[in-house]
Amino acid sequence: MASICSGYAAMDGNDWRNAAHSTGTSIMAAEFDGGVIIGADSRTTTGAYIANRVADKLTKITDHIYCCRSGSAADTQAIADIVSYHLNFHGMELGEEPLVEVGAAIFRELCYNYRDSLMAGILVAGWDKRKGGQIYSIPIGGMCVRQSVSIGGSGSSYVYGYVDANYKPNMTKEECVKFVSNSLALAMSRDGSSGGIIRLGIITEEGVERRVILGNELPKFYEN
Amino acid sequence: MSSIGTGYDLSASQFSPDGRVFQVEYAMKAVENSGTVIGLRGTDGIVLAAEKLILSKLHEPGTNRRIFNIDKHIGMAFSGLIADARQIVEIARKEAANYRSQYGVSIPLKYLNDRVSMYMHAYTLYSAVRPYGCSVILASYEENEPVMYLIDPSGVSYGYYGCATGKAKQSAKTEIEKLKLGNLSCRDIVKEAAKIVFAEAEKAAKQAMEADSESDTEDM
Repeated sequence: MASICSGYAAMDGNDWRNAAHSTGTSIMAAEFDGGVIIGADSRTTTGAYIANRVADKLTKITDHIYCCRSGSAADTQAIADIVSYHLNFHGMELGEEPLVEVGAAIFRELCYNYRDSLMAGILVAGWDKRKGGQIYSIPIGGMCVRQSVSIGGSGSSYVYGYVDANYKPNMTKEECVKFVSNSLALAMSRDGSSGGIIRLGIITEEGVERRVILGNELPKFYEN
Repeated sequence: MSSIGTGYDLSASQFSPDGRVFQVEYAMKAVENSGTVIGLRGTDGIVLAAEKLILSKLHEPGTNRRIFNIDKHIGMAFSGLIADARQIVEIARKEAANYRSQYGVSIPLKYLNDRVSMYMHAYTLYSAVRPYGCSVILASYEENEPVMYLIDPSGVSYGYYGCATGKAKQSAKTEIEKLKLGNLSCRDIVKEAAKIVFAEAEKAAKQAMEADSESDTEDM
């Protein structure tokens, strides 16, 4: 089973592969002045094998709502497709762009109702005219909470301190891009099941701007 | 009712040769027989006012109210058959509650209006049912803006700055048109609403009457 991370390893006697039940990914989202920035590494693994080194874990839901996926690749892709369908239909009925919190509510409903069968940790991020840039974190049990900065995936455990120390409310766009790419680069270098390149999405009133930071362009920090 | 209809008025599912649905028109008549209801949109909210005739001295005051809460931010007033309207109230409340539980935010009035309109319209399509004998005014205050719609028994609805339905809707409308609704606050509008409803009622009959008014404002 391909997971956006280590996830489930095959039950073929290689016990060490079942040992880790972590969600091997580094994803993050942060509010800044005018919108949100979402970011992710690009590693998809099947057990220890890197099935895709340039994966895109930032998935479009509507023009102004994206999600960062962690956990099982199949589960999160399926959920994102369903939410995308619901939200776009709802947007047509409403005659306007759906709210980010409505998107998060649909994600939460699915993640909570099917919590026993899913492996999905999702960050919903986007911009709407009512509340501007917003981030909703939906971890494994199906909880939903708004945060102004949020990290997820196995890589995130390594950078909680860095994020807490360096996040500032109302940063400029470029300050925030720097902050997100630094955090992800640190997470990716420590976490074995994260890596590759950094993908970024900058969501503002104007829409989404996608960026990529290639492997040789990643911010460098102390490596023993 | 002698010449009109002539066999084409027995079912809501049949047009007359000149393209009318008589059952719907009869439903409108039911609305015209009931007390006047008006809705006025101010800068900071909406005032709904209903004329309620006291049909018997034995009735308790405050029974059979004609203005209802649909949700935290939505009010509804109606004219027409009270029993029909109560069903619409229930439908609207369910729609609002479902929306809240599914999407985690309060229902936009535009959306609720679409749903309730569609529901009422469905009852003008089939021979086994009759149209609802009531018009409803939906009013809300959302995103720092008051919004108001009026739905007819036909299922047609429009957004309004000021609207009236019921017995004296024509003369009430003329009175409402004299107001400068664009720059009046709810506080001022409440008085105007009461004046209009009382004046129309007084004109109509010298019956005892109880005014039933309520406002849906920012600080509610």
